Amino acid sequence: MKRMRRASMLNAIKSAVIMVMIGACMMLSGSALAGDPESKDPIIITLNDWTGQHISSYIMGGVLQRMGYNVEYVQADYLAQFAGLEAGDLHVAMELWATTAKQAVEASLKTGNTVDLGDTGMVGIEDWWFPLYMKEKCPGLPDWRALLECAEVFATPDTAPKGRYLSGAATWGGFDKERIEALGLNFEVIQAGSEGALFAELKAAYDRKAPIVLWVWSPHWVPYKYKGEFVEFPRYTDECYNNPSWGINPDKAYDCGKPRGWIKKIGWAGGDKKWPKAFQAARNFRLDNESMGRMVAEADIEGRKVTEVVDEWLSENENVWRKWIE
Amino acid sequence: MRATFSRAIAYAFGRRPELVFWLVVLAATVALFAADELLPWAVEYPSEWVIPLRFWVSDFMKWLINEADLGLFTFKQFTRSISWVFNWFLAASFGVLSEGVKIPLGGEALFHLPSLSWIALIAMLAIMAYSIRDWALSLLVGICFLYLAIFGQWGSAMVTLSSIVVAVPLGILFGLLLGILAYRHPWFERAITPLLDLMQTVPVFAYLVPVLFMFGFGPVAAMTATMIYSLPPMTRCTTMALQLVPTEIVEFGNMAGCSHRQLMWKVMVPSARPTLMVGVNQVIMLSLNMVIIASMIGAGGLGFDVLHALRRLAIGVGLEAGVAITVLAIALDRLSQAYAGKAPVRVKKKVSFVRRHPHLVAALAIIVATTVTGFLVPAVADYPESLTVTTSGFWEKLVTWINIHFFDTLDAIKSGLLLNVLIPFKRFLLSLPWLAVMGLLALAGVRLGGWRLSLGVAAMTAFVAVTGNWEKAMISTYLIGVSVVLASGIGMPIGIWAAGNDRVHRAVQVIIDTLQTLPAFVYLIPVVMLFRVGDFSAMIAVVAYSLVPIIRYTDHGIRQVPPSIIEAATAAGCTHRQILLKVQMPLALPEIMLGVNQTIMLGLSMLVITALVGTRDLGQEVYIALTKADTGRGIVAGVCVAMIAMVADRLISAWSTVRKKQLGLS
Repeated sequence: MKRMRRASMLNAIKSAVIMVMIGACMMLSGSALAGDPESKDPIIITLNDWTGQHISSYIMGGVLQRMGYNVEYVQADYLAQFAGLEAGDLHVAMELWATTAKQAVEASLKTGNTVDLGDTGMVGIEDWWFPLYMKEKCPGLPDWRALLECAEVFATPDTAPKGRYLSGAATWGGFDKERIEALGLNFEVIQAGSEGALFAELKAAYDRKAPIVLWVWSPHWVPYKYKGEFVEFPRYTDECYNNPSWGINPDKAYDCGKPRGWIKKIGWAGGDKKWPKAFQAARNFRLDNESMGRMVAEADIEGRKVTEVVDEWLSENENVWRKWIE
Repeated sequence: MRATFSRAIAYAFGRRPELVFWLVVLAATVALFAADELLPWAVEYPSEWVIPLRFWVSDFMKWLINEADLGLFTFKQFTRSISWVFNWFLAASFGVLSEGVKIPLGGEALFHLPSLSWIALIAMLAIMAYSIRDWALSLLVGICFLYLAIFGQWGSAMVTLSSIVVAVPLGILFGLLLGILAYRHPWFERAITPLLDLMQTVPVFAYLVPVLFMFGFGPVAAMTATMIYSLPPMTRCTTMALQLVPTEIVEFGNMAGCSHRQLMWKVMVPSARPTLMVGVNQVIMLSLNMVIIASMIGAGGLGFDVLHALRRLAIGVGLEAGVAITVLAIALDRLSQAYAGKAPVRVKKKVSFVRRHPHLVAALAIIVATTVTGFLVPAVADYPESLTVTTSGFWEKLVTWINIHFFDTLDAIKSGLLLNVLIPFKRFLLSLPWLAVMGLLALAGVRLGGWRLSLGVAAMTAFVAVTGNWEKAMISTYLIGVSVVLASGIGMPIGIWAAGNDRVHRAVQVIIDTLQTLPAFVYLIPVVMLFRVGDFSAMIAVVAYSLVPIIRYTDHGIRQVPPSIIEAATAAGCTHRQILLKVQMPLALPEIMLGVNQTIMLGLSMLVITALVGTRDLGQEVYIALTKADTGRGIVAGVCVAMIAMVADRLISAWSTVRKKQLGLS
């Protein structure tokens, strides 16, 4: 970098006198690597507000840059970003989870202004989760039947004698109230309101070794930083949600865990025409939970910069992303 | 016995007609309670009567964005071209402050002109501060910006600053123009006043989605939202300032033969400068308040750093980024205030340019020098990362320590308050019949300001019920009510203390400024760690943010009690305590109530943020609408928040005016 700067400075001195007066630094733009891009207009990739999503986005952006495209990153709200994708203000969104955005994705694809760019290869798991030390206070965990016996362990003054289950934001859905009823658990659902608040409570409880059971998902830094397990509910099937007679409770649906599901990429529909090779590369993007989890942990627990972690991955895994652009 | 009783009634009627009036009102309310069986619709607003306003608003917005045609171009093309123009301004300031400018030289070659170096910017602002005021201000501004460099916030701070330096002048310009229009045409003022009220009280989240549709995703949309929020005080201040210009000055301008335009721009606007600068100051503060929300829709910068740090629970990192916003606000605020207070300087025309503008020349010289040396010594261009410091570890350990050692105590206090005060009050408010609440507010309106006020208040209350948001509005009212009482309980004594002691007054000013500009997110996460999610944490956040005006107005109110009255009281042999309780407080009360009014406004503006710790009120409704991109739902809930604010504002202001008149203060 430094050498390039100095060499380019020499070029500048030769090319223009004015620049010498001001003092100059020159950069050659674009380092074409794999063929020419169809358009020099920047491809805008959205950044949502969790680290894993940033990692996916920067990996994709890094690959596209190496293909010769101009890439820009814009911060956008997870669900508000659909408006921008449909209008063509934003072009690629790298992580949409079946567990949280299934309806939004389907609605958006239906407009015809966005296209499905396929799975990321990662699998989203979301469910009730407890720190490992709770196994002593509530023996029998992770089996969900243990919660039938020790709801009171999880109680707080305002929920007692019911146990307190900390859920996410009001918009996340998840059918926890229905699950509690169908499985006959003596728990009350408390909305945390946001991811920050949810895990702030976890951290506080974890530091005190206090009882807590809450909504956690993976890949995420929480299950890497804190030792714990997901509660094992009866496995999810579509029938469990749709058909009351299925499962343990013959009269009610939702007597099982939450669906585990795809994490998808979507893009602006016009992008396929404008940057066909880039969009094909985005379709080919694949990553697994394991490598994502490791990168997230490096960024969030060890406090390294996301771009640094991504650059390292890109240089170590060239054989992986090379396949995406062929 | 009977005689005494009737005498008592006569006494009450004679001396206290109001008391009887309110007793009748109370009886009517109780009767409505009892009428639950007979008139259920008067207690709980029937859901089938709800007007589907939110769907109409959504449909209208859909039509506006997808179909509306203004003849030559569509509405969307119109807004997008505005966005295109703004984007140029943004790109320019971004280039100067943050990214540098790439000048194409033909072919692939680019000449990269770097952005202002950190040394150049600090020196420039310090010189500016010195030329406006003195060394002390220069030092303050310098330290503020050094903080940004030393704590490693420079890069993000420049991104934020580059959007602020565009949004603030544009906000000032539009505010000024609207204010002048309102001054010239009274009908325009009447038309725009309710609109300004809405712009200030509808939560920003409520109109974020339509703004995104209209202006596209990114910094321009963020800037537009910032301007909508920060412009009203400028317009109000302009209209008021122009009305306050002494007629002698206007007449003098007319006599001197000024044209209409000259009179406005060369005579009236300059002589109204001190009041105008109050508006400018408000625009700056409110724009910085918006930094966090703007970062959610693509503005990046410090706001994003705060959100990102808190999402991974790095409290200390979030705090440092939050303080960087505060520091920016304080530096810009002090600079603008000093500029407002500066007397115009007469310069001799004959001396050379360098002599006439020594500060400007010095600043330019430093910019050029640092840019040139920046190419050779990178540390001059960018503050070296190895020299940054951080205190973040300390804050995290502090919160963990409190959590481990004091959680049980805090939890006991919290549970006590929650179970014995908060929850019963919430249940009480929720059980009130909506018709009775509306009637009570309308009656209060009649007593305080007459029929017009009464009708307005009733209509605003009805809006909440009719759009089907009554229950959520009552939860909001409960949360804000409890918080305002608590904030007054804390803020009034501090204000009284500050009024009596100049040193305390100065110290309190700094705390006030910090509280007002430090993003609530910064303390929300530690509060949740110590108090769990829910109403109690929300209340703490609301109190911390809305404490400011009550302190400020109490302080100001007591200070403005005429000294002659205090002297008279002293001469009459009053003790300190008596002076405070029997003279100063009653006389300052109208002013203090205006502070309470402002506290309510600020509290309401925090509602959406409290949704992030799990409250279930109007704020949550607005937040849900945002995440579902449901325009109508968000706007209707947002207007309901504005209605609560306006009802409170109208009634308290009316009371304050009446009371001031009675005390002979106005």
